[in-house]
Order: sequence, then C-alpha cells, then structure tokens
Amino acid sequence: MSEVRHIRVKALSRVEGEGGLDVELLNGAVHDVRLRIFEPPRFFEAFLRGRSIHEVPDIVARICGICPVAYQMSAVHAIEAALGVPTTPFVRLLRRLLYCGEWIESHALHMHLLHAPDFFDCASGIELAQRFPDQLRRGLRIKKHGNELLDVLGGRAIHPINVRIGGFHRAPTREEFAPLIPRFEWGLDAVIEATRWVATFPFPDFEQPYEFIALTHPDEYAMNEGRLASSTGETWPVEKFADVFEERQAPHSTALHAVRRDSGTPYLVGPLARINLNFAQLCGVAQAVARDIGFELPCRNPFKAIIARGLELIHAYDEALTMLRHYTPDVAHVDVAPRSSSGCAATEAPRGLLYHRYEINDAGQIEFATIVPPTSQNQLQIESDLRSWLPRVLNAGDETLSRTCENVVRNHDPCISCSTHFLRVNIQRN
Amino acid sequence: MSGPRPRLAVFKFASCDGCQLSLLDCEDELLALGERLDIVHFLEATSRVSDGPYDIALVEGSITTPDDLTRIQEVRRASKFLVTIGACATAGGIQALRNFADHASFLAAVYASPQYIHSLATSTAIADHVRVDFELRGCPINKTQLLEVIRALLGDRRPTTPSHSVCLDCKRRGTVCIIVAHGAPCLGPVTQSGCGAICPAYDRGCYGCFGPCVQPNLASLSAQQIRNGASIAEAVQGLRLFNVNAPEFRQESDRLANLAADLPAPEPRQRP
Repeated sequence: MSEVRHIRVKALSRVEGEGGLDVELLNGAVHDVRLRIFEPPRFFEAFLRGRSIHEVPDIVARICGICPVAYQMSAVHAIEAALGVPTTPFVRLLRRLLYCGEWIESHALHMHLLHAPDFFDCASGIELAQRFPDQLRRGLRIKKHGNELLDVLGGRAIHPINVRIGGFHRAPTREEFAPLIPRFEWGLDAVIEATRWVATFPFPDFEQPYEFIALTHPDEYAMNEGRLASSTGETWPVEKFADVFEERQAPHSTALHAVRRDSGTPYLVGPLARINLNFAQLCGVAQAVARDIGFELPCRNPFKAIIARGLELIHAYDEALTMLRHYTPDVAHVDVAPRSSSGCAATEAPRGLLYHRYEINDAGQIEFATIVPPTSQNQLQIESDLRSWLPRVLNAGDETLSRTCENVVRNHDPCISCSTHFLRVNIQRN
Repeated sequence: MSGPRPRLAVFKFASCDGCQLSLLDCEDELLALGERLDIVHFLEATSRVSDGPYDIALVEGSITTPDDLTRIQEVRRASKFLVTIGACATAGGIQALRNFADHASFLAAVYASPQYIHSLATSTAIADHVRVDFELRGCPINKTQLLEVIRALLGDRRPTTPSHSVCLDCKRRGTVCIIVAHGAPCLGPVTQSGCGAICPAYDRGCYGCFGPCVQPNLASLSAQQIRNGASIAEAVQGLRLFNVNAPEFRQESDRLANLAADLPAPEPRQRP
C-alpha cells in the first residue's frame, strides 16, 4: 500500500506578498512540489490599456511597494525605446543613483530582517536583534540611508514621484544631496562589515545546476542597460526576450511562470545570477571583500545569495557615493512626442531581471502592456530547488521540514506582490 | 511597563505591500516598537504567527476575492481596534479601476486560462465590508502618521491626523503654486494632506494619493483644469487613479465622463 504524506505551509512568512507551499511525498519520495501564489490578481496589464504613457511610471510603481523604482525604470526605458527617445548622460546617471537607493533599501531589508533570521532559527529580525543587537541596528541604518537617497531623488522612498518619461521632473540641487555624503561614507564601511558578518553564517552544502540570466554591460555593473546574458555563454539583445523565454500559466498559481522557450527549463535571475555573470564589473572594494571572505565563483549555493546581496550593497554604496560627491545638476528631462510604436526594456530589479513591453498609439496611449517580474521567472527554479532539498530532510518532522523548505524559498527573496499576474507553498506527503 | 503588552497584527489583502513596508521603514523606532508591542501576526516580518484576539489590527489592501470576503470578517471579529492603512484598504486602490471595466476581459488580458483565477468583479474598501475604527490614507501611507496611530493606541488616546488639503501644505512649504504659475493639472486643492506636498515641490501636479480632503470642491477644480487646456478625458483619468473608488473622486469622474459622452470626440492632444 502506498504511503502518502502532505506537508502544507499555509502562508509563507518573511516574503513580500502572499504565497504558500504544497509538498506531496509518495512512499517517502518527493512526488509534487508547488509554490502556491494566492496573491489576489490586480490586472495591471489590463488597466494600463488606454492610459497615457505619462501615467505609466506612477501606475506601475504600485505593482510593488518594495521595488517601485524597478517598475518605473523598466517602464520608462521601454516607452523611450518605443518612441526613440535618447537617454541623456545626466538622466542615465540619476537613474543609476535612484536604482542604488532601491537596491540598498531592498537588499538591506532582506539581508537583515527577512533572510538572516533563518540562519539562527529566529522568527524575525526583531528576535534576531536580541542576539545581534549591533548588527541589526547597523542593518537598519544601512537600509535607512537607501531610503533617504530615494527621498531626495525620488521625492519619497515608497512610490517615488519624480520619475517621468524622458528623465525626472526635477533634478535635486547639490545642497539637497550634500547631507547624504557623510551618511554614505559611514554606509560604505558599514556594508563591508555587514557582508563580512553574513559570510560567517552556517551555510548548508547545497549547490544547484542553475542557468543564470542577467543583464550584462561591458563598462558597468548592469542595472538599466545591457544585453541579456546566460551562464551558458549565450547573449541576446533585450528585444529577443520573448523569443528566448516564455511565460506559462499553472492551475495552482495566480502568477505566470517563465521558462526557456527552447528547452522548457527553468532559470534563475537575481543577485546570485548577477554576481556570477558580472563579477568583473563589480566595484574594486566589493571584489576585494569577495576575495577576502573566500567567496568563490561560480557560486551556485542559493543560501549564499545573502553574501551576493552584501556584495551588491557594497557596490551600490560605493557607486552612489562617487555620484553624490561629483554631482552637478543638469537638464532633468527631454521632451517626448508620442507616435504609434512599440518597445521593450529590461532592467535589474533588486530581485532580478524585470522585462516590460508596450504598444503605444498615436495619441500616446498604451494599447498593450506585458510585464514579466523577476519572481515569476524564478518560480519554477524555486520549485526545482525544493525538489533537490527535500530528500535530505525527509526524515524530519513536519514542522522542521516546513521550516527548512521555507528557508529554501526565502533564499530567493520572492516578491509575490510583484508578480502582477502571479503564484502559492503547501507540503503534501503521500 | 507592567501588564501584558498590546498585541499588534498586520493583515494583507489586494495590495503592493508598500504600506506595511512603511512599518519596517521605521528604522529608528522598529526595535523599540518590538519591545513595547507584541507583534503577533505580521507575515512580511515574522514567522511567529498567533491567533487573535488582537489589540490593534493594521489592514492593508482591498477586497477582491471571495475568500477575502470571509477573511476580513474573521479579522474584524478578532480585533479590538482595526485601522486600514493606505488607499487600497481605504478606497479600493488602483485595482478598483476594474469596477469600471468588464472583469472577464481584464482576466483574459492577463491570463491564458482565466478559469483558474478566482477573483471578484470589483475591488472595494475594507469599510464596505466591516466597521473600521480608523483610516490612514495614502498611496503609500505616511510613516509618521502610522507611528502616531501606534503611539496613540499605546497611550490609550484616539489618534489624530490632519484632514486639510495638500494646497495648504504647499503654502506652508513656500512652494510656488503650479496651477497658478504654469497652468499644470494638480489635485492639491481637493486632496487630503499627508504626503508633505511633495509633487508640486518636484515641479509636477499632485495626483491625489491621499484621496479627497474634507469637502473638496471638485467641480470647480475640473472647470479650472479644462480652462487651462486639459481635455475632459484627461480630467477623468486624473481622478481615476489610486483613489478612483473614493466616493467624491468617483462621482466627479463619472460626472465628467457623462459630460464627455454628450460631446463630440475631441482631437487627440499632447500634455504640456
């Protein structure tokens, strides 16, 4: 007689948005793993239709409160690509600076409040703070300065108001940025220490055969621009995104999930993918810290994504500090003339590649929108990680098994709210 | 402090997580709050989850699925003081745009197999379903106002937040009026204070994140906007954003839309 065991994590915690996990074990072997997304669908792509292109940056920000800048960046680049609007060097710089603020805020949050508690069996960052008060206080301050940068440049940290098609509504003055400089000087030292701290965490030996996908750019650590690159060595222009990858719908999820169109296989986007593909473009300090802590490439251990986030925090603080020190205001935006057109863009959200495509009519309204968030691209890979992980914990009780499965999911910092159209984790043991 | 600590819970419905993130964005206060309050349900921040009763429930998001119709009733029953946080919970959010559209076509626009998706045809505010003790406006909320709510409840007093318009905040900040100076569309005169009047300070019009202020004169503002060169359709779209389902914004956008329906179609024009 077959023995069935179901394990269900009703609602995942310390992730953004609503998801669960279902695992089904049949005669002690993994039969089915499903990351369930029960985040209510919000239909952004549908109600973008008929809206003016000028409203898009404000609207798409509301897809995700944790990474609104990412949505704004992919949107403005895609619409500008459609309309043939060039990005001026000054606007380009400000956009990188804005993205640094969001990477800092989002990575510092995940590292300290969401992910670090897993390594010490703590329920939350607040609980972890009883054991590591100085490290958590430092982490919160690292996060706070990211938010302060977003406040000055974006107008506010959550749903910034300063981004527009063609650039920014207003370029901040030098005086507005000046108070940030000493805070970022402190922050650069602080993130180096924070990265050294997380590198000492107990990491399970768990390497996965990932195909990494990220933007890559020869001259900079890619954020807003570049070619799509794979760890297979292939690269493609962003316009080929829909030829290379495809979104599919699963019955257990309100999220669509992406696979490589040719092989039907999952892939991984996010900090681990970026560090592996773009290590050469990482700033000197971050590279030196990586070598110093013995962070070896390729790194295919998803638990070590916390180190990748730390290295990217160093990069973001370092690059932002340089930009703040040398900042000279210039023309904040170029004007755009609408015409019937279509265009796409991908940028690197804190959680990975975020692809947008828009069709625009002569009146400057959106006719059609496609948005592919990082977490829906990672969903299948997360399920695959769980399948590899489960055999080593099968003898554990349901509670331990659920908890470690949640850890495996959390490695990837899934942002479920993000997935416009999106995903649910339950464990079933048959 | 003696006695049991107040029990705080955070619940999410259809939303972007930004308003509950505001609590984690209280970087200077978070650890202290953790000492004064028992955070007993806050999925985004802690794996420790316990059932009610709760002294304070912060509710983010709007009601958009059949399951959530039931869940909000459970949250209400378990909570002493229920506070809605943000435009989704308070007015239905941007996803309330579906209230104006054909739901089936929305589903089909996003999903290849819409039959797998369970959602309601409308997105509605929490107060449409249960009694709400206090509302925090904003898309997103202002974290200072959030702290005011928590402090007030810890001190056993009623929280207070201002209800005047953004317009007044611009005067206080010394921001030049962009309607008067540039004829730009701006909802500042009819939008509730709370954001700090940031948009006009960044050379753009207010787009109404905090919803209607007390007694907004919307018809007058629409007329002014149209005199300044906006089309009726643009005035309608301006109100149909993050607080589209707030009664005053909704009535005015419907009134304008009906007005536009009686007129010949305007030539497409570019925004200034």
